[in-house]
Amino acid sequence: MKFTDVVVIGGGPAGMSAALAAAETGVRVTIMDRWSELGGQLIKQTHRFFGSERERAGTRGIEIVDILRKQIMENPRIEVKVNTDVLGIYSDRVISYEEGDRYGHMTAEKIIISTGAAEKMLQFENNDLPGVYGAGAVQTLMNVYGIQPGQKVLMIGAGNIGLIVTYQLLQAGVNVVAIVEAAPRIGGYKVHASKVRRMGVPIYTKTTVKAALGDTHVTGAVLCDMDDRFQLVPGTEREVEVDTICLSVGLAPLSELISHTGAKMHYIPQLGGFVPERNENLETTAPGVYVAGDVSCIEEATAAMIEGSIAGLSAAIATGMNRPDVLKKRDEWIEQLNILRSGKTGQKIRDGLALMAKEG
Amino acid sequence: MSGTLDSTGIASREMFEKLLPSAQRRAKGPYVVMECYEEIPCNPCSTSCAFHAVKMEALNKCPGVDYDACTGCGSCVSRCPGLACFVINETVGDGKIDITIPYEMLPVPQKGDIVDALGRDGFVVGKAEIVRVLSGPKMDHTNVITMRVDASLLYDARSIRV
Amino acid sequence: MRIEKHPVLEYEHGKTVQFTFEGQTLEGYEGEPIAAALHANGVRELREHHGRPRGFFCAIGNCSSCLMEVNGVPNVRVCVEPLKSGMVVKLQKGSGSLMGGAET
Repeated sequence: MKFTDVVVIGGGPAGMSAALAAAETGVRVTIMDRWSELGGQLIKQTHRFFGSERERAGTRGIEIVDILRKQIMENPRIEVKVNTDVLGIYSDRVISYEEGDRYGHMTAEKIIISTGAAEKMLQFENNDLPGVYGAGAVQTLMNVYGIQPGQKVLMIGAGNIGLIVTYQLLQAGVNVVAIVEAAPRIGGYKVHASKVRRMGVPIYTKTTVKAALGDTHVTGAVLCDMDDRFQLVPGTEREVEVDTICLSVGLAPLSELISHTGAKMHYIPQLGGFVPERNENLETTAPGVYVAGDVSCIEEATAAMIEGSIAGLSAAIATGMNRPDVLKKRDEWIEQLNILRSGKTGQKIRDGLALMAKEG
Repeated sequence: MSGTLDSTGIASREMFEKLLPSAQRRAKGPYVVMECYEEIPCNPCSTSCAFHAVKMEALNKCPGVDYDACTGCGSCVSRCPGLACFVINETVGDGKIDITIPYEMLPVPQKGDIVDALGRDGFVVGKAEIVRVLSGPKMDHTNVITMRVDASLLYDARSIRV
Repeated sequence: MRIEKHPVLEYEHGKTVQFTFEGQTLEGYEGEPIAAALHANGVRELREHHGRPRGFFCAIGNCSSCLMEVNGVPNVRVCVEPLKSGMVVKLQKGSGSLMGGAET
């Protein structure tokens, strides 16, 4: 059986950062991703990132991908396996996978799971009609393949993803009829909201979609007011003519593989759902299994990249690379993550982590 | 009035006016207004300023501008990930002012074009003459456009339709 | 509809290839997902499930909304399967069968 020091499962922003951080200490790393290239969802992030200089703030996600890919390709200690679906993780950290059409398995001394998240669905009549798309899917169509998802779009959800994808739809020449948000407030950054408002897109808070209209594909939507208890207000229904309904109602961690390892899981709504218990060094309760990014906590890509660096260094340290410079570097990233989460927008994450600590 | 911004995405006139420098400074030449009203973890405006005019107490605080140091050069306009930096020049005369905005849409206007000036809600608030267009690799697709509008549109005009 | 010009992005496309959908010849770019090529041709209905039309949804091979029959093989996730010249793509009705083709 093949053996390596660290296997990273999932090659998005967290996984790429983890592989680089671990390999830079001197250990051998294999990074696996089910897609044909590394990058994860970063490949469609055309906007400039927030954060500080150290996290490449002000740089577009698509440019960060190129930087990280290049660093990985140039690092002789990193082996890249793309088109690789991890099938299972067994005792003694045996990983089975399908690489292209070939079955394989390997053993890792340490495993980092950074499998990201999937979009949540919203319950409403006809929500299975073609034309009801996830916001991430719309981004992929436009920003990776250069295809408009439709001509008239209704955006559901005014969180950062909903606001950013709305802006990107406008950039792609698509009309966004409105953004609706069930909550009384816009959830995303207000600078993103202001950007789409001044381009003429209205945001209706306390509003939701009650039904999609159409026989074979979306031809319209029924909007409805919501009260303070998130109940539909009867009699407020009105129809809008759209050909696409774009859902940005949150993400759910893809934590199935972590469950395989037997790591203790918690249901923490503030972190996105079922997430693994982990300590400050991002080690789970399963020995030698680490996590990073959305799979353990739904957050911005900036945080995912910092978590990747922490998890990568932690895994390397646990294999014996516990040199003072490596330990110091990890402390610096942990401090950086705490700074990033210290403000108003990090409150939800802090609450979620506190809840997990309390459940123990 | 933060409730308004929270539910509409539009900053009120009062919020905007609080950001403005002294009348004396406004009469001196171009200055930046950072319409970053919400504390988010972000600081490229500060790190990109060659004149060290943007002060941030912490990563999660709103930027503060030292108007003695700010020259209104606009380098932050294309660096701000929130597209929230605008340069205003109230010294052009003739009842007009210049407002410099970040612009990432197509088509990119040309100098001399007369276009619609859009308000914070996207509705037309007046006409704008494009007096300067900065684009190129350094801007990385965030064009920096200066529009000349009626001085009365100081608070209102924030975008254009080409 | 294809995006011809974008303010930030430049698209790199593969060469133009032909494929068929329900017997009709369509064009797409080699290597782009089959679902993307279909969408660019205005095809939004990819599958029929429980008697209802289904389309593209997640674009990352996660949700199973876009399973189609490709070259006689059912349950292909067309949102991640690269387009190749000459592919025969069919709307899938119901669940796929291990014996080949879709169950009717």
